Amino acid sequence: MTRTEVAAPPESQSTRARASLLGPALAVPGIVWLLLFFLAPLYVVLAIVFGRTDPIFRTAVPVWNPLQWNPSQFNYVLSRIVGAQGIFGPALVRTAVYVLLAGLLCLLIAFPVAYYVARLSGRRRGLLLALLIAPFWISYMMRMLAWVNLLQDDGLVNRLLSLGGLFDVRVHWLTGQPVVVVLGLAYGYVAYMILPLYAGLDRLPQSTLEAARDLGANRFASFWRVTLPMCLPTIVAAVLLTCLPMLGDYFTSDMLSASPKTAMVGNLINDSVQSPGQTGQAGALVMLVLLVAVLPMFYYVRVTARGDVSS
Amino acid sequence: MRSPLAWWNDPWRPPRILVGVTLAYLLWSLIPVLIAVIFSFNDGRSRTIWQGFSTRWYWGDATKSVWHDAALHTALLQTLKLGLITTVITVPLGVMFAIGIDRWRGRLPTGANMLMLVSFVLPEVLLAVALLFVVTSLSLPIGLGTGAQVLGLVTFQIAYPAVLVRARLATIGTHYEEAAMDLGASPIAALRRVTLPMLLPAIFASIVLVFADVIDDFVLVRYLSGNSSTEPVSVKIYNTARAAPTPALNALATLLLLAALLAITLGYLIYRRITRGDHTADRGIAGFAGEA
Repeated sequence: MTRTEVAAPPESQSTRARASLLGPALAVPGIVWLLLFFLAPLYVVLAIVFGRTDPIFRTAVPVWNPLQWNPSQFNYVLSRIVGAQGIFGPALVRTAVYVLLAGLLCLLIAFPVAYYVARLSGRRRGLLLALLIAPFWISYMMRMLAWVNLLQDDGLVNRLLSLGGLFDVRVHWLTGQPVVVVLGLAYGYVAYMILPLYAGLDRLPQSTLEAARDLGANRFASFWRVTLPMCLPTIVAAVLLTCLPMLGDYFTSDMLSASPKTAMVGNLINDSVQSPGQTGQAGALVMLVLLVAVLPMFYYVRVTARGDVSS
Repeated sequence: MRSPLAWWNDPWRPPRILVGVTLAYLLWSLIPVLIAVIFSFNDGRSRTIWQGFSTRWYWGDATKSVWHDAALHTALLQTLKLGLITTVITVPLGVMFAIGIDRWRGRLPTGANMLMLVSFVLPEVLLAVALLFVVTSLSLPIGLGTGAQVLGLVTFQIAYPAVLVRARLATIGTHYEEAAMDLGASPIAALRRVTLPMLLPAIFASIVLVFADVIDDFVLVRYLSGNSSTEPVSVKIYNTARAAPTPALNALATLLLLAALLAITLGYLIYRRITRGDHTADRGIAGFAGEA
């Protein structure tokens, strides 16, 4: 490297200069796109939430100047979370509970599966991976449709439970059962947890684990004190990658329950987006979800960005 | 006959519990879909009681089959159209972004990388609502419909090729390109003739992943579709699943499944071909799925 610099002919100066311009030139289209269609729309949401509503047409009028922002719509939403008028409160609590339960369920399923496929499956690994990836290209809606069919009143689940007509089982699965929604969320999102976990567990150094066993740790001790601490960042990243999208989910609840009894914050957003005059309210709810998601999001981004540098 | 305790303590026993969990998971995740596919061939109107095999819901029925019902096959065409257009725009944009960010030191590219990663984990509904506001409350040349849908999908998908290509760039390192430049290649020639061919597996994997992810998309395309003529399959399923549909809906979903399966299989075979003899690329399914 140093030798080339010493022996460099004069024109290589301009070559290096061109090389340093090449990066910006290639990156600019993508950066402009993200600024225009990712960052700017988020500002538009702010301008609408803190903007006015047209008194006649009930349409939202964005206010661009932050100095003229009017927080009444945001306050309206905030004041309806707790207290006597707390119409949004239950849905927010429900979202937290459902996402936590579904995330936990996903982890309980995904970790053993990812562990087995990454570390113990041997020659069957390729086939198993292909099957694990399947839910990625089977449309989410099709997978929900499959469960809608199975959970009908005369569907296969009820017929299985009645053991071929032995018992009279008439469970209305699809009318606001929280269990069904949580299981549906877990079913829909678990694949997104298995792959990152698989990648993390696949990278674990075998020698360290063997060393733990050689030094006298039993199976649980070596798992608890070596494997788990080493893949903790992966687990956290995988949980975030699964749970953050769940925060905005409304279609799982719509497909599998269609009842306000299981409405999540996504349903609140979806309902107010579609009713005229509530645009600002929808925007305020969007900001609320963003506020909750922003800390875990930046944690994920920092962990990932650091991983980029070290690799 | 060993005691259960001895079996439990044997460090060399096969991992039966993990095998059991994995098998149970695979059955749980795939059998419902398989049943939905089977019922798309049902002869009757029921999606829960088997009444004999027929292809009635694909083309046999003169009004309600996928082939004859315009609402159903426009949805399928719209899905495939969105998949193709979005992939064609997203992949070059994302690949260029990744190479550019990799070559460029400073605060700005670091911030851009952060922004890209945030777009990767942001709940989709937030981006969808934001873009819906942009399209409906500003006077833009782009209205709701295919244009707005493509716009949103590209924004949401751009992180895929960017992340995959950055990971691959980190694996191959800079020495090949430096060698090319020391041998007299200009930076652009080194990029085009050395780096780009080495990136081909990652680029190709991201083409397939973006396409598969776009035809699966629901939230963005639903909010940004103008009317029923730009509603893709996922939205059609959502709209009709709870309103007494016929197995034609299952047939529609099955056709989409076939399209995705075809794309993935073809993609994987081509991926195997272009990585033949390449020791720096993970040739297995894991490499293809982007777990580089």
